[in-house]
Amino acid sequence: MDRVNRIPILKLGHLLLVSIQVDMHDRMALALQEDLAERIAETGARGVLIDISGLEFIDSFIGRMLSDIAGIARVLDADTVVVGMRPVVAITLVDLGLTLPGVRTALTVERGMAMLPAPTVDEDPGDEEAETAGP
Amino acid sequence: MRARHRVRELAQQAGLRLVDQTKFVTAVSELARNTIIHGGGGRLRAGLLLDGARQGVYATFEDDGPGIPDVQMALTDGFSTGTGLGLGFGGARRLVNDFDVRDNPTGGTIVRVATWR
Amino acid sequence: MSEGLSVIQAVLREQRTELLDAWVQAQLAAPGVRTDLISESELRVESDRFLTALAIAVTESSTADTSGPAWDAIREQLTNLSRTRATRGFTPTETATFVFSFKEPLFGKLPDGAAIWAATQLIDNLGLFTAEAYLRTREDVIRRQQDELIELSTPVVKLWQGVVALPLIGTLDSARTQVVMESLLQKIVETDSAIAIIDITGVPTVDTMVAQHLLKAVTAARLMGADCIISGIRPLIAQTIVHLGLDLSEVTTKSSLADAVTVALERTGHQIVRRKAPVATAE
Repeated sequence: MDRVNRIPILKLGHLLLVSIQVDMHDRMALALQEDLAERIAETGARGVLIDISGLEFIDSFIGRMLSDIAGIARVLDADTVVVGMRPVVAITLVDLGLTLPGVRTALTVERGMAMLPAPTVDEDPGDEEAETAGP
Repeated sequence: MRARHRVRELAQQAGLRLVDQTKFVTAVSELARNTIIHGGGGRLRAGLLLDGARQGVYATFEDDGPGIPDVQMALTDGFSTGTGLGLGFGGARRLVNDFDVRDNPTGGTIVRVATWR
Repeated sequence: MSEGLSVIQAVLREQRTELLDAWVQAQLAAPGVRTDLISESELRVESDRFLTALAIAVTESSTADTSGPAWDAIREQLTNLSRTRATRGFTPTETATFVFSFKEPLFGKLPDGAAIWAATQLIDNLGLFTAEAYLRTREDVIRRQQDELIELSTPVVKLWQGVVALPLIGTLDSARTQVVMESLLQKIVETDSAIAIIDITGVPTVDTMVAQHLLKAVTAARLMGADCIISGIRPLIAQTIVHLGLDLSEVTTKSSLADAVTVALERTGHQIVRRKAPVATAE
């Protein structure tokens, strides 16, 4: 049951991609946070892109989850970009008093990708080290 | 979750604009969590309102929890007794037109929110 | 059923034709009758329909409380009548007179006492309902016009690939600012613009609420992944902003729209250069 409700995390080179297409309940949100932390550590990912264009609303719990993910990723040396927040969702969040400081945002997946390190493994030896060693 | 969908439907029926629908559903989500965390669970009722030409949607949350000792305090941003960010109550109030908190005569708290078209 | 209502019911049933004639005459004789806006035959049809609905209502209802389901039909008729008259240019008084003018002919047929009291209550309730229905119609019209006005006054324009601009003109009130900002955010998504310029050169003054809505829009845009530049802040508005203690430090502000456009284009990776010396213009 819990398995089914997990949000899939895709790996693309050094990036992890998450697309939230359904309104999440609290346990799903917490599971996503845990899963992402694990995957970042495991893969040595340099960037996390979270697409929230499917979310019809964000309450303080989900908002806090987004902030937390960005914070956790930063500690694990990965950048996070949240993309595709709908206008009405953004207006509501501001009224709610949540401005997600420390969370980088972009309009589209494309723009978000451009803000993160390139997903392909390049010649930089530092990256290869990250591939094998990991924290 | 099902409650949120139902509330969204009601807000649509009341003819609220999309932004007001979203605010109302978000407020309901905040308050529902409050009811579960602080009130130990409770009952949610929602429906349409009609006052003259004005249409609206309301939701009430009723719990049997310990109640709120200082309502004014609970409405202040940053105040929290639980694990949230402390925005739940004060934040929810900014998302709706009417916001009313009172003691439940049988113990616990009743919160009623409404938004008009 | 109350005694009063049953008397009224009997009168409506037995003396309907006389009542209708007397009532139509009363309406035509009333001061300020609008025969320019409504014909006698139309008045007669409306009055006749009202009597039919009233007769049914008093038969089904046990009180003079006109909010019950027995009065649905008559309330609907009065709502429609108010709507028609409001759009034709009747005043609220002229519209409510339709109901109130029925008192005289009806009271003339009733014995003193309970029946008169019941009739007074009943007609007063229906008359007030008519006036309210009239106001609702007017409010609807006003709201619709307001919406249209707001729509018309929010021209969010695409300036360049990835740059939208919102030139605001006229006084901003809280409601208008909110709607304007919503359409700006919507346009940001539609045009995939990472930069939005809000130009307030044409805005004479802002109050706290309006300034706050502006700032909220800037924050909301940032949450969506777009940056806002506010341009054309007049000296007076700048003073207001400082006096109100509003924090604009997170917002890019430019004094002119031209400066804002330059910044926006620079940020999107463009450069404005002059290709050759300008052609001399005849002064």
